[in-house]
Formats: sequence, C-alpha cells, structure tokens
Amino acid sequence: MAKKVQFAHTWVPYVFIAPQLLIIGVFFFWPALQALYLSFMLEDPWGLSSTFVWFENYQTLFTSADYLSTTLFTLGYSFAVVVLSLGIALILAVKANAVLHGQKTYRLLLTWVYAVAPAVAGITAYFLFNRHIGVFYDAIVSTGWLFAPETSTFDATVLLILVSVWKQIPVNFVFFLAGLQSIPVTVREAAQMDCESPTRRFWTITFPLLAPTAFFLMVINITYAFFDTFGLIDTLTQGRPAGSTSTMVYKVYQDGFLGADLGLSSAQSVVLMILVMALVMVQFRFVERRIHY
Amino acid sequence: MFKKTLAAAALSTLSLQGFAATEIEWWHAMGGALGETVNAMAEEFNASQNDYQITPVFKGSYEETMTAGISAFRAGEAPHIIQIFDAGAATIINARGAAVAVQDVMSDAGYNFDINDYISGVRYFYADENGKMVGMPFNSSTPVLYYNKEALAAAGVQPPATWEEFEDVAQALKDAGYIALSQSHTPWIFFENFHSRHNLQLADADNGFSGLPEKVMYDNDALAAHLTAVKEWKDNGYYGYYGRAWGDNQAAFEQGEVAMWLGSSGSFGGLKQSTDFDFGTTYLPYWESVYEDAGSTFIGGAALFTMAGHSDEEYEAVAAFFDYLTLPETQYFWHRETGYVPITNAAYELAKDDGYYDLNPDAEVGIKQLSLPGAEWTKGYRMGFYVQTREVIYNEMDRLMAGDTTVKKALRTIEKEGNANLKRFARTVQ
Repeated sequence: MAKKVQFAHTWVPYVFIAPQLLIIGVFFFWPALQALYLSFMLEDPWGLSSTFVWFENYQTLFTSADYLSTTLFTLGYSFAVVVLSLGIALILAVKANAVLHGQKTYRLLLTWVYAVAPAVAGITAYFLFNRHIGVFYDAIVSTGWLFAPETSTFDATVLLILVSVWKQIPVNFVFFLAGLQSIPVTVREAAQMDCESPTRRFWTITFPLLAPTAFFLMVINITYAFFDTFGLIDTLTQGRPAGSTSTMVYKVYQDGFLGADLGLSSAQSVVLMILVMALVMVQFRFVERRIHY
Repeated sequence: MFKKTLAAAALSTLSLQGFAATEIEWWHAMGGALGETVNAMAEEFNASQNDYQITPVFKGSYEETMTAGISAFRAGEAPHIIQIFDAGAATIINARGAAVAVQDVMSDAGYNFDINDYISGVRYFYADENGKMVGMPFNSSTPVLYYNKEALAAAGVQPPATWEEFEDVAQALKDAGYIALSQSHTPWIFFENFHSRHNLQLADADNGFSGLPEKVMYDNDALAAHLTAVKEWKDNGYYGYYGRAWGDNQAAFEQGEVAMWLGSSGSFGGLKQSTDFDFGTTYLPYWESVYEDAGSTFIGGAALFTMAGHSDEEYEAVAAFFDYLTLPETQYFWHRETGYVPITNAAYELAKDDGYYDLNPDAEVGIKQLSLPGAEWTKGYRMGFYVQTREVIYNEMDRLMAGDTTVKKALRTIEKEGNANLKRFARTVQ
C-alpha cells in the first residue's frame, strides 16, 4: 500500500516567504497599483482635487508626437546599447581568456569601470567631452568633425551611446569570462581535434555553450538601457537637444517630478511597465527556447 | 519618593514647555555659497530672540525642492516655509489650500504689512488676483547684459541699449574676432522678459493674474520678428548658440569667445570669480521700433511660501522670521553676499546711503531695471504647467537654431502645446 506523505503544517512555508512577499508587495505591487490608479486621474499635484478621466491621459500620450519620438529613440538607443555592449564584451572576454601572461591585470582593467556609478560616469564624460575643457572634445574636433552634442541630435546620441556602452561592458565581460571558463577543457580539446578553424569552433561549440549566459545578459542589458541609464542622461544631456535624447524613463521624470503632472507621468510609467513586460515575455518565449542549458 | 520625582519631572517638563522655542522648518534650494548665506541668516535670526527657532534644510534644485514639498504635503508633513521658483508659482498659488498668503500670516501675527514697502518690480509677482501677496519674494534677479570691456574696446564700440544698435555693434565685434552675444535662458529672457520689456501681453486673463488663463500669446509679430533676427544673427556669426544649458552659454563668455552675455543679475558674484577680464553690466536691450519707453522686466528666482496645516504658534514664528527677513539690514546683507536684488525700498535706500553702488555700480543695474516705470503688462505672469511649456520653448529654440523648423512653425507649436498645458492645469485645480 502506497503511503501518502502529507505535511500537516501548511502555514510554515508561507511564514518563510512572508518577508519576501512583503517586500515585493510594498516596493513593487503597491507603487505599481498606485501608478495604475493615478494614470486614470487628473489630479493637482498637492492632492487637493482629483477627477477620474478614464483613458484621457493615455489618449494625450498616444496623440503626442513628442512621445512617439521618445519611444522610438528609447527603442533604437536600447538596441544599440545592448548589441554593442554585448558584442564588444564578448570579443574582450574571448581574447582575455586566451591571454596566458598577465591575465589578472587584463581582467582587472576591464572590470573596474563596473564600480563607477552611472551619474559619476555621466559627469566624467561631461568633462571629457566639454567644448571648453574636454580632452576628448579636442581630439574629436582635430579629426575635422565639428562635435557639438549640445546642439546636434546625432552627436548627442553618439555620445550617450558611447558612454552607456563603456559603462556596461565590464558587467558583460565578467559574465562572459565566467561562462567561457566554465566550458569543460575536454569539450574544447575534443573540438580542437575535430576542427582546425578557431572561428568555426567558436560559433559551433563555444557560442552555443555560452548561450545561457548571453541570454541572461540580454535581459539584464535591456533593463539597463531602459532604466539604469537615467543617471547618465540626467548628468550628460538631460534630453538635449530638443528633447531628442530623452528616454521613456527620463520623460516620466520630466513630466512627473519636474512638471508635477502626476496623471500623465503615471500613464507613461504604466506604458513603460507593459512594454518591458512584453519584451521580457517575448524573450523568454522565443529566444529561450533555442537555448540549451 | 518615586511619586515626588515624577511630579518634579512633570513640573520641569511643563516649565520647559513654557520656555521652549517654537520650531519651524524652511526647505530651500540654495546650494553652495548661497546655502551658507541662508544658514548665516537663519542663525542670526535664532540668536536674535528666544521664542522661535528656524531650521533651514537644503532640498536640491528648485524642482526637487518643490517635489519634496508636494510629497511632504500629501503625507501631511509639510514644512512651514518652502522656496518655490518663478515657473512653479502657479502650481502653488492656484492650489487653494496648499499655501497661506504671507500677507495674512504677517497681519494675523500683528505685524504691519504694506505691499508698497516692496520695490515695484517684485511687488505683485507672487500676489493673487486681488493683489494680496501670497509668496514672500526671496531671491529675486532679473536678466541683464554683461559685456567684456576689453572686447568692446578692441572693437571700438559701446554696449548697445537697443537691438537696433546691437546689429551695428555685432559687426564691429565680429571684425575684432568675437562672437557678439550669447544668452543663458531662452524662455526667461527672450520670451517672458521680452514681453515685459516691450509691455506686451503674454497670456489671457491678465497674464493669468485675474483667473486661470487658457491662451498663451507668444505667436505675435514682435516676438516673431525678434526670433527671426536672432536666427539671422546666428547665421551671420553674431550670436553664439551653445544649446540650452545655462553654463555652456555663460562659459563661452567667460572664455572670451563671446563678447556680451545675457544672464541673471544674480550671476554677478560668480562672474567676478570666473573671469579674468574687466566686465560691465547694463540693461537688457529692447527694440525701439516695438516700444520706445522700454520698461521694467520681470523678476526671476524664487519666493518663500507658507504651507497650510500648521498651528497658530508656528505661524507666529513664520511671521517673526519674515519680519526679520525683510529688515533693511538683512536684505542689504543678502544683496551684498549674493547679488540678488534687495526686495524692499528701505533696503535699497540703505544700500545707496551706505555707498555700496559707488563702489559697485554694476550691482545696481538689476534693481534699477526692476524699478523702471512699470506698465500694464510688467506685473508678472502666472501660467499652469509652465515648466512643461518652457520645455517646449527650449526644444523649439533648439530646432530653430539647428534650422529644423521656422519661426512661424516654432511659435505655433509653442502656443498649441502651451494652451494644452494651460487647459490641462485648469482642470486639475477646479
């Protein structure tokens, strides 16, 4: 006769997860619900009067040309940051992994930028690329490119992508390097016997084995490009020129915190929340399927 | 024994309460050297009497301070005094129940309050539709023209009083190797103060003073002509546009690349330290063809508002502090230390009698410009969600200077978006 195992104290696991649930509830669900609620209201900033306006805030948002260009910029910018920072970090990791002498020094030099906070990175870049005192500014101008990120959308975008990528490479590098080192030596040796071309070996053996790391990093990098670059933008361009380097997160801040328009700003947070959820879902549904852990 | 101690303790707390000073908090946005001056004033006030104790708290930029005040108010923990900047004034003055008018605070506490004690340029800027002062003007400045004396001497020209004159001066400066002009705050200098200086209306409902305005009036011929000229100056190499950031445009002047710069009268102290050339100060130029008797400009800067929801004793403390703040000596100290204008006539007289302007004639330009005869549209303006409208102005100016839009289109966009902001704001407060 089969014995049925039953735990009598079913409340015990809930007690254990309660602190975590509480934290998620207070710091995620509550603000998210609050944002959802406010996005349907037209409210004065002091909370003295508020009117329920259904979808008016969303309507204002979706008919605004500015918001459309901000969304497009966010997507393009995020794509560039993710692709470039993953690509460069992968090359660096593969090369650093192959270095025999002074390996530690290389790794340290490639990693330390990780410790720089986005806002600090933004300020540093501001000084380096400043037209009056910037060392890099002089270097760029000496090539004949009249670099002017204050007035040129293209230059400002290039600058922003450059600094964002620079800031993100170390994280990707560390993870890629760890991923490379976890590939068993036996597998690599076996591959070496079967195939002479290192490029081919990389794409057929190494890269598929790195895929779980790469997938994880992609999710992390998209989140970075969407949210963590706020500090960079706030110190470097503040959306200039003409609001063309504002990301969706920065616009939430501009309208809500600077402009005190809570309804419109909340509607933007909700749109952003849905967009990121959709992106992550797409990734898990279509990309993760092709990955074998 | 125990009972006795308890009784004694109770007694001592009681007596302490009787003597304890009323404590009030003041949230402000004055960082760096300005913050130190604020602290010095608070300390002097605290030391001058025993009944009240004020604690100044630095809350970051103007916007951050306002946001902090808003969140605190919503949580029922508002400070007693908060510093709100010019573009945010509509947000607090129109929200009935957020602030208590400074005029009422002063009168209720038994102080003699006469709005005519204040210099004309600041008098009504933070007042309500009945002319009652709601916010106490605190750090007040106005746009003025700074000029590099060496550069102007090299070109053999005088600083221009009008924009008509500027066009001649600019060519001479260009020949001498300078860009003639830059400026640091397009909405404030080229939009708001442009209208004040030329006595032009800029919003309906009396610039927003007699009710909630619904229409921005920036799409007018005078402004269109001015912006067209500015764009021409830029294309001719007379005008340097270094983007919208205040510092980038000021730096060009400090580095001697640009010969004249439109900035704030409050920039004076900073410029003294950051420049190694002699510079002078003069009035904001105007178009003689638009308005011959060019008048007073608006103030910029911020005011101190008393927040609602506190006790009478605390309002007494606030009133006592405002009384101290408006003393001629306090104002003169503030004026000298920071370069912001003194807000009362008595303080201005004191500075004059003390011979301050004989030694520093440049320091008087701002207040003289604010004391120029006012006209119908020089009182001020009050527009809801104006921070966002200024953002639109900044963006359109970036586009105009880059050649991505025309003056006509830019002004139309500014009006359209500005009107939408006004209407939206009006609905939030009704």
